[in-house]
Amino acid sequence: MSINKILAHIDNNSQGFTAVDEEYGNNDMVKKTLDKDFDFAPVLQPSGFATKYIDVKSQKDSIIKLAHGTTTLSFKFKNGIIVATDSRATSGNVIGTCQIFLTIFKRSVVANPSRHTNIKNTHKIASQTVKKVIEINPYLLGTMAGGAADCSYWERELGRRCRLHELANKERISVAAASKLLSNMVYYYKGMGLSMGTMVCGWDKKGPAIYYVDSEGQRVKGDLFAVGSGGTFAYSVLDTGYKYDLETADAIELGRRAIFQATYRDAFSGGYVRLYHIKEDGWEFIGLEDVGELYYKYKDQMHL
Amino acid sequence: MNSIMTIKHDADKTYNLTKNVVMSTSGEPGDVTNFCEYILGNVKLYGIRNYHDLTVDACAKYTRRELAMSLRSRDAYQVNLLVGGFNANTQKPALYCIDYLASIANIPFAAHGYCSYFSYSVLDRIYHPNMTVEEALNALAACISELNTRFIIKHTSYTIKIIDASGISDVSSDDFLKRLTVQ
Repeated sequence: MSINKILAHIDNNSQGFTAVDEEYGNNDMVKKTLDKDFDFAPVLQPSGFATKYIDVKSQKDSIIKLAHGTTTLSFKFKNGIIVATDSRATSGNVIGTCQIFLTIFKRSVVANPSRHTNIKNTHKIASQTVKKVIEINPYLLGTMAGGAADCSYWERELGRRCRLHELANKERISVAAASKLLSNMVYYYKGMGLSMGTMVCGWDKKGPAIYYVDSEGQRVKGDLFAVGSGGTFAYSVLDTGYKYDLETADAIELGRRAIFQATYRDAFSGGYVRLYHIKEDGWEFIGLEDVGELYYKYKDQMHL
Repeated sequence: MNSIMTIKHDADKTYNLTKNVVMSTSGEPGDVTNFCEYILGNVKLYGIRNYHDLTVDACAKYTRRELAMSLRSRDAYQVNLLVGGFNANTQKPALYCIDYLASIANIPFAAHGYCSYFSYSVLDRIYHPNMTVEEALNALAACISELNTRFIIKHTSYTIKIIDASGISDVSSDDFLKRLTVQ
């Protein structure tokens, strides 16, 4: 019997009765339906075990350094939702493709863990063309900030479960329910080193909706969010120019400009601006624009 | 709040457990929602199963017990709560202050977090048990005026609920803000 099963057994026995929320499902339901449940480290405190080796905020000399540093934003306006992201992936100590990452990683861990520290604290750009928007289904988009692997894994898992919901109920899942699924899934692993800040954006029966969901278990509904290391910069531009009654073209321009300004000030954001517009009949990809070229477009307006 | 950023100005941190019991919350974000939705679900389930709702006192003690059960587990809920309501049987209001260590206190006024360092002394000074609703709202305004004067963080919106024999009623945040002496 795996340690997980033993723990699950103890947990189930110690609980009295459990209320079940039909619409959203509670955490116990998540445990049951998470058929790809990861085994915990077989130690007394699995959460401490994981966080010891994972460096979420580039402050420790941990073995695992997460790829992070991002600007993502989304906001609601009269014609739907604009979603915009940058495309840079930075990592604590690694540059280049996935293969090089693995080679260095394996060598430094297996052969000599301390050698790893020779190349610490140099933030290198791992990729300039990362897709930080995940198309969950034709009506739902998720954005990625934080650990790249965590985001892509859990949002893909969310996509799978949204599809299952659709097949079981013969209708599309609401944005509220989809975001609650994601938040329940990551809350189950809280304190074990997951790092993600995501916006679940979409259009359902009740119209457009944006939910901010993070690995702390927070889930907030709102009209305007910016997430990631460049989030403060993006917020500032958005808050200055935002009106609910923006025309579509102006709204797209606002999203583009906010990401551009964030990439300009935040070293961990850059590459391309990726833009989406969510409408009643689903999302539409607007385009991918090089921030290097945008600089020449905007530089006359910037007085530096 | 998220590190140094405000991500929502008007989040409602209260849960209406029954038609005359409200629970207000603070603490670790994910824990708060998870724990409170669990309590809310079970309190409602009790009402449906037994054809009558739990009283405010019962709600508070049930909540405290659930917190106490979690306290010695591997990852205890980091949640601070205030449970307040009107007990229809005794025709009296009651307020319970519960912290993340599952201690409970039945007191006339309560506060959690940094705000408590400012508010308790203000209320100690002006509270009396026969306050009218008007006086009570002004007392609350006095607390928040003090926060605006001395506290480093500025809040722009408040959730205010009045619970009496007739149930729960909301006070609009904008109307309330007009009472403040320090904006």
